[in-house]
Order: sequence, then structure tokens, then C-alpha cells
Amino acid sequence: MPSNTRPDQQHYVAPLEETPLVAIDSVKAEGKPSNLWTDAWNDVRKRPMFWISSVLILLVVVVALFPGLFTQTPPNNDCLLANSNAGPTEGHPLGFTKQGCDIYSRIIHGTSTSLAVGLIVTFLVAVLGIIFGAFAGFYGGWLDSVLSRLGDIFFSIPYILAAVVIMSVLSAYRNVWVISLAIGLFAWPATARVLRAEILRVKNADFVMASTALGVSRFRILLRHVLPNSIAPVLVITTISLAGAIVAEATLSFLGVGLPTDIMSWGNDISQAQTSLRTAPQTLILPSIALSITVLSFIMLGEVVRDALDPKARAQR
Amino acid sequence: MAGYILRRLLQAIPVLLGTTFLIYFMVFAMPGDPIVALFGDKTPPPQVIEALRERYNLDKPFIVQYLIFLGNIFTGDLGVSFSGQPVSEILMDTFPVTLRLAAMAVFFEMVAGISIGLVSGLRKGGIFDASSLVVSLILISLPIFVLAFVMQWFFGIYLGWFRTTVGPGAPTQDLILPAIVLATISFAQIVRLTRASVIDTDGQDFVRTAASKGLSRGRIVPVHILRNSLIPVVTYLAVDFGTLMVGATVTEGIFNVPGVGRTLYQAIIRGEGPTVVSFVTIMVLIYLVVNLLVDLLYAVLDPRIRYAK
Repeated sequence: MPSNTRPDQQHYVAPLEETPLVAIDSVKAEGKPSNLWTDAWNDVRKRPMFWISSVLILLVVVVALFPGLFTQTPPNNDCLLANSNAGPTEGHPLGFTKQGCDIYSRIIHGTSTSLAVGLIVTFLVAVLGIIFGAFAGFYGGWLDSVLSRLGDIFFSIPYILAAVVIMSVLSAYRNVWVISLAIGLFAWPATARVLRAEILRVKNADFVMASTALGVSRFRILLRHVLPNSIAPVLVITTISLAGAIVAEATLSFLGVGLPTDIMSWGNDISQAQTSLRTAPQTLILPSIALSITVLSFIMLGEVVRDALDPKARAQR
Repeated sequence: MAGYILRRLLQAIPVLLGTTFLIYFMVFAMPGDPIVALFGDKTPPPQVIEALRERYNLDKPFIVQYLIFLGNIFTGDLGVSFSGQPVSEILMDTFPVTLRLAAMAVFFEMVAGISIGLVSGLRKGGIFDASSLVVSLILISLPIFVLAFVMQWFFGIYLGWFRTTVGPGAPTQDLILPAIVLATISFAQIVRLTRASVIDTDGQDFVRTAASKGLSRGRIVPVHILRNSLIPVVTYLAVDFGTLMVGATVTEGIFNVPGVGRTLYQAIIRGEGPTVVSFVTIMVLIYLVVNLLVDLLYAVLDPRIRYAK
């Protein structure tokens, strides 16, 4: 027993600063109001991983939008078979592919494909996931059962395998939109599940009851009150799914059911370089590095966002 | 317990019907002529189209087609590959190899992942924890085929420790490298899952009770912390199985492992549509069964699930 117990005292009486009351006392009424998002921003901006990944993503976006700023060499023309698998020369810093094309230029011009597929898939997954998750979680009952079972069905087919089937069937229509659709069509249930769970947690909150008491319509409550308060986990899973979509596109292209070879894509370049692994490993490793760094930057961003938005993850740091 | 198993089995039926229907629908009800699409760029002669149309029952109504397809699957008739061999026969030859590869991969990822995750979780915020986070993030970002090629090049060609491709009969020492590649995809997830779970369990009241009744750390960690932290890791095995199957397709293709994955890989590369569909269907069915088994295992491990209504 600590020394601040008097001999005649029956119970230990905690000084004020050790009681929960001190937390109430310490709230500054005139301070800036804080919410989940400002807290998250304050947390995120202190972390070097956030700045590293943001700079990398910004770089990827700039390269994808303006490839001409980074290279003047055309990626497809000017290919000389005489240069097949040749090492770096003046003006061609990374050497040449098997077809004698400039590797650096192909990596630069392939960026937009990966990014486009990533963004389209993410958009699709977010829209489908939010619609299914929100309606299932908020309205419950038979609608929940139907939507959740439907999600289970899509969830039980690994999405790359599903995309392989779709792309094999649609072999005549391979382009960025079709491949994004093929990946996104089976990738949404994870998002829907996360949102549904979060909505189940939020929908019994006092502010929802207050809105109901005020006579706000159910749909409006969902849209204005429940959804904004349960969107944080969706944001996290969306960032990570962007990385997953880029990997999926590269995997499908690598398997030969992705984009046609005339569309520049890192997956295609890696696929074509695999026969030269023994003689010219750099033709395979260089586009792989570009792919991995892009994926890594989105995964790092997802990590940081998760840590900032999920109080449990924050406590475990 | 029996009620839980029964309920779980009943729930699996609509999902099973739904997934097979979806695959069937994707293949045979999409825009464009499926038979022509199966030939890719080439145009088949009309007699071939006619013959295939009859073989795949495309002249019958859609729902009848689906029921025939379903009936065939459950009677073990999985169709015939392009080389004329029954798919079920190919499966018999290739499945044991894949099973061995997958078992090795699961063993590697569990042993390495759980031990590293445990140490990171117990020493949260330390240098070991920080470096395992960095390594696992990098491993998560590496697409499986990139990793496979890099490992193949580094260990197989540069160092010459392993054979770059698997020899006939798939001897176990040849499977080590592909198994490590396959294990690496989920290794990082298992590390992170174990770490989070260990941190969570370490803060529980029963751990404090164990410590306060004088148990040594050497007993608390394996008996109280590790055992209770493993439940989410076991559930992850089910999710992981899907990753393993996609991973096996790529890994077996690259390392030339004579398993189910390579057969699918080669069917994809050659554009053998019907073979691809039958193998994907089988993989999805296996995936569903494994998920069911893991769910049941989960109930055995966690009494809270078993006794819940």
C-alpha cells in the first residue's frame, strides 16, 4: 500500500489526477474541435511512411499522365533486333528488351496502364461494395440475407481465377476496361462485408435515433448520417485494393489472358522477358521493380491510413 | 456442436449452387458466340461449331444446360481436355503433387510466420518489430510471378543451389524452392496477423491473472498467449487457400511442377477454354470445401463459436 494512506483510513483515496475525472477537466472547451478525420490527419502527417508513399504515388501519377516529360524515345517504334537484350547505351539508360526496344521508355509508357486499371477497378469495387454493404447492413432482414448470400457467392471464387475465366471467354475484347471489369466484378464482396459490419455498429447510435425521432426518412438517414460515419474502413480497404488490382492486371497479362501485347503494360513486358531469364535477367527484373515500387507505395499508404483511422491498429503500434 | 455443423453445411448449399451457376453463366451466357470465342483468333469450320454446340448442349434451354453441367460435375464427369484425356484422370495424376507443394508451403509460412509474428508482438515497437514490418510490406508488394522469377534466377541460376525447374516425379528437394515462393505470399500476412493477435491477447485479463499467480513468462507465452492468439491465424488458412491456388497456378507454371496449377497454367497459355473452365470450377469447389472444414475446425478451437446459438 502506498505511503499516502493514513493509519485510520479504511480505503485508498486516489488523488484527483489519478481518477477519470481528470480527463473531463482537461478538455479545452475553446480548443479546435477534433473529429476522426482531423485526428487521423494529425497522426498521418507525423509519419515518414506517409510522405514517402505520397511522393512515390505523386511521381507515378505524373509519369502516367505525362510520359513525354521523362523520355523522348518512342516505346514501340525504333526497336532494332540488333539491339536485342543489349545493355545500357547512351540515351538508353536501362538497355533493351528482347525485341530491341528501349526498356526505360517502355517502363515509363507502361505506367498509365497499371494506374488506369488500378483506378477503374477501385472505383468499381467501391461503388459495388458501398451499394451492397450499405443496403445489407442498414435495412437488414431479407434484403440483408439476399445481398449477403450473393456476396458470399462472389467471395468464394478467388477473383484472379474468375478474371481468368472472364478474360478467356472475352478473348476478342481485351482492353483496359474489360480487364478492369473482370477483376472488379469479383473483388467487391470484401468491401461490402467491411462496410456492412461497420454500419451494423453505427446504425444503433443515438444520433440515428435522434434523426428518426425528427422524422428524417430512412434513406436520408443512411445517406447523410450513417454512411459518412462508417466510411473510414472502406477507405482503408480501397487503398489496399488499388494495389491488389495493379498486381491482378500484371498477373493476368503475365498469364497471357490480360491485355494484348500491343498495349504497353509491365505485366506484358515481364511475361515476354521470362524466356531471357538466364541470358538477360535485367529485361525481367527492371519492369518488375517498377511494378513492385508502385504496388509498395499504395500498400504503404493503405497501412498508414489504417493506422490513423483504426483506433485498435493505432494502439498496437 | 452438431447443430452448428448442420447449419454450416446447409448454408454451404446455396453458395455451392451459386458459384457453379455463376461460372457457367460467365462462360456460356456472355455476349458473343462462346464456341467461336473458344477458338480465339481462328475461325472454326461450321461442322466443328455444330459438333461442339451439340457436345456442350448449347441447343437446349439455358437452365437445362446448367443442370446437365451440374449433374456431370457431381457424378465426376468433368469433361475432356483438348488432348482427349478426361479431366478427372488428369486431376488424379496432378493433385497429389499440388497437395505436397501446398502442404510444404503452409508448413513454411506457418512456422516462420507465427514465430516471427510472436517475437514482434511480444517486443512491440522494438527494432525486430520495425524490421519485420518493413520486410513484410516489401514481400506483400511483390507479385508472385516476380518473386518466383527472382528466386529462380538468384538461387537456381546465380547461386546454383537448386534446380531451376522440377524434375520428373517431382522429388521433394526440387519442390523446396517453389514451396518457399508459394509460402512467401502469405508469410507476411501471417506475421502481421499473429503480431496483432499476440498484442491483443497479451493485454487480456487472463494473462495478467496467470502472471499474478506466479507463472513464469516461459509458461505464459506458449500456453496462454500463443494458443489463444492462433485462432485468427487458423481462420486465415481458409482465406489463404484461395491465394495458394492462384499462387500455385503461377508458381507451378514457372517452376514446371507437374501439378493442378501447371495444368491450368498451360491450358490458359494455350487458350484451351473448356479445360480452363473445368479446372477453375474444381478449384472453386475445393476452396469451398476447405472453407467449410476450416469453419468447423474453428468451432472446435473456439468454444464461444460452438456454444453460440
